[in-house]
Amino acid sequence: MKVLMFGWEFPPFKSGGLGTACYDLTKGLSRQGIDVTFVMPAAPEGANAQFVKLLGANNFSKNVKVRKISSILAPYQSFTSYAEALKQMKSRAGLKKNPNDIYGTNLYEEVYRYSIAAEEIAEEEQFDVIHVHDWMTYQAGINAKRVSGKPLVAHIHATEFDRTGGNPNQMISHMEYQGLLAADIVIANSNFTKQNVVQHYNIDPGKIEVVHWGIDPENPHYGINQKSPFDDEKVVLFLGRITIQKGPDYFIETADRVLKYLPNTKFVVAGSGDMFERMINRADELGILDRFLFTGFLKGADVHRAFQLADLYVMPSVSEPFGLVALESLKNGTPILISKQSGVSEVVNNALKTDFWDVDEMANKIVNLLKYSELLEELKENSIMEVQKFNLDEPAMKTKAAYERALTIRR
Amino acid sequence: MVSVCFYFQVHQPFRMRKYSIFDIGKKNDYFDDEKNIEVLRKVARKCYLPANSLMLELLERNPEFKISYSLSGVFIEQCERWAPEVIESFKRLVATGRVEILSETYYHSLAYLFSKEEFKEQVMMHKRKIKEVFGYEPRIFRNTELIYNNEIANFIESMGFKGIIAEGWDPILGWRSANFVYRPKTTKSIRLLMKNYKLSDDIAFRFSNRGWEEWPLNTEKFCQWVNGYNGNGECINLFMDYETFGEHQWEDTGIFEFMRHLPGELLKHPDNNFKTPSEVIDTYEPKDEIDCHSMISWADIERDLSAWLGNRIQQSSASRLYSLEKDVKKTKDSVLIDAWRKLQTSDHFYYMCTKWFNDGDVHKYFNPYDSPYDSFINFMNVINDVVLRIKSGHGKKSSETASEVKGSEVGKAL
Repeated sequence: MKVLMFGWEFPPFKSGGLGTACYDLTKGLSRQGIDVTFVMPAAPEGANAQFVKLLGANNFSKNVKVRKISSILAPYQSFTSYAEALKQMKSRAGLKKNPNDIYGTNLYEEVYRYSIAAEEIAEEEQFDVIHVHDWMTYQAGINAKRVSGKPLVAHIHATEFDRTGGNPNQMISHMEYQGLLAADIVIANSNFTKQNVVQHYNIDPGKIEVVHWGIDPENPHYGINQKSPFDDEKVVLFLGRITIQKGPDYFIETADRVLKYLPNTKFVVAGSGDMFERMINRADELGILDRFLFTGFLKGADVHRAFQLADLYVMPSVSEPFGLVALESLKNGTPILISKQSGVSEVVNNALKTDFWDVDEMANKIVNLLKYSELLEELKENSIMEVQKFNLDEPAMKTKAAYERALTIRR
Repeated sequence: MVSVCFYFQVHQPFRMRKYSIFDIGKKNDYFDDEKNIEVLRKVARKCYLPANSLMLELLERNPEFKISYSLSGVFIEQCERWAPEVIESFKRLVATGRVEILSETYYHSLAYLFSKEEFKEQVMMHKRKIKEVFGYEPRIFRNTELIYNNEIANFIESMGFKGIIAEGWDPILGWRSANFVYRPKTTKSIRLLMKNYKLSDDIAFRFSNRGWEEWPLNTEKFCQWVNGYNGNGECINLFMDYETFGEHQWEDTGIFEFMRHLPGELLKHPDNNFKTPSEVIDTYEPKDEIDCHSMISWADIERDLSAWLGNRIQQSSASRLYSLEKDVKKTKDSVLIDAWRKLQTSDHFYYMCTKWFNDGDVHKYFNPYDSPYDSFINFMNVINDVVLRIKSGHGKKSSETASEVKGSEVGKAL
């Protein structure tokens, strides 16, 4: 079986979990004997995954005035951040005043441009199924389906409602809706996401397959064995984009409560995002800034080092469609406290779980965990054992089954 | 001759309310009355009341029918407060003269494993309670969850009991069968009754299991199995949770109908009869000595203590609780002592069990917590409040000191 897959990031060029997810999925699919042609906004040099035929969408867009210039489409982009990126890029290139720029003047146009390129790729490539990841690629998928007549599988990793904390951009959420509606099969990464899709978009639950993510057990970084530099201070870690979706503000409020009981606790924040400043200001306001350490955005081995030096990883996400990062933490031997508003909480038993807004309860759990080594050890041992059940093969097999179902539907 | 000996365990714990670290030093109502009332009344409606009325009907219809119960003190206490009609129906059963009541620890606790003195006090408390409610003095002892070994048998003998009950676990029995009376090693006169777990579990666990090859189980089939022991057994000990009727096995599984016909069907065989545990040990001589060195119980496939004390959090919270014994008792604060004892109920440690948790199997069991870890956290918070109350001194109510307690102090005290 051959799959034409449209994505928007791929390691090592990535800014979040989606890149890892796409990488792991194609790796798993290739083990299932499935050929994947992965199309993304730009084919960055060095992104060499042997099992994936990587095509840069702009190389194929003959009818669009695009040449060898990368698209500046990036994941987690909003209209504002796209405009910002466009402005920066133009000023760097000295194109400030060029009205005939090949870039779309806004995010929507850029997405449109990508979808036109997709149409041509779909005409040239041989494939059985189209698989698209999240809203930016949905129009590309719809176009590819129209020209090829092949079934469309729309993967949803996060809805616009998740990303914005419930204040969706109407344009994006409309495109999301169009894609989900046009898809023969929708793959949701959790029941949580499935529910959101049904609730917000009224999509027939019968065509939604839930495929929980797995994790690559072969990652060499798990063995780094990073020790904490903070002697006898316990370390609580926040790792993720510092955006409203990830609940950084709840992390601060929780820390404040924990410190009242355990004043020596260290809070490490790894990540960057638009709420960074607000986070620092709030910590300062509470007089607890000296208990914090901000690492900025981490990648590669540093991510694993951060997990390994922490005693507990906290994921207070307001809305976390899956939360692969929680599995990463367990793989690194660090127990987790995750919000119940997450997909990963559906599949991990040995974790502490709370509602994201319940900062008292988070503090209650953290204080006990840091105070009682027997609790930490028990949770750690059981969660390390449990995370072994996650791999790349199961999600790949379920995805393959979804393809087969899509093919049956199209026939 | 085969004597069928029924013993039903009746117990409900005082479940704890959600007790956060922020409650330490501020609240001392540890138990969730609302929830406990709800559970008790639900189980009373589904099990205790209909099952008691069925048993009464059977006792009245079959003069030879006999049964026995063990009622935990915390169960009786809850019934007295919230479901007195349940106590009344048990009294009617006892009044027939063919219902035996067994002895156990008042708090359905694991006290024997931690403090023999505390254990003894709880057994005496239970004894007084049974005397007070039923005007009855138990002769046979059954320990919480049938936890048993030679030493316990010896200790129970020294307390004056005539018999003790244990799981008929194969590694202990060896080539012997559970269907005889035995004498525990290291004892002089106390008798040991062992549960026939195969036949007991056929009713208690497998009755409604459609995947079981013997499903559906009817009275005739079950009686054939019992009759099969005629000639190679003297007592068939059917020991199970009373909640089997209507709660573990719902009414629509036919469990009540099964029981309704059982006595009549069993008595069709002229060599079958019913006996209470006391009658069994008075009637049959011990066949052999049973040597049980390590602790056994009736729980899980392991039949050991791992359901309550199998992991770190269970062990540490239990030792922490019992380490307070001297100090708690020194306060002479009867409310505090009672609360401390209610924390000893074995269910609290069962909720912390991680054995099945990896498989997500925990939901099979009734557990008020989302996870064993949550259960531990709640428990430790309560223990820390008990510690503060002890420190706050004799006779002084903890509410008087509550407002002075600061987070950092609690943090240090933990």
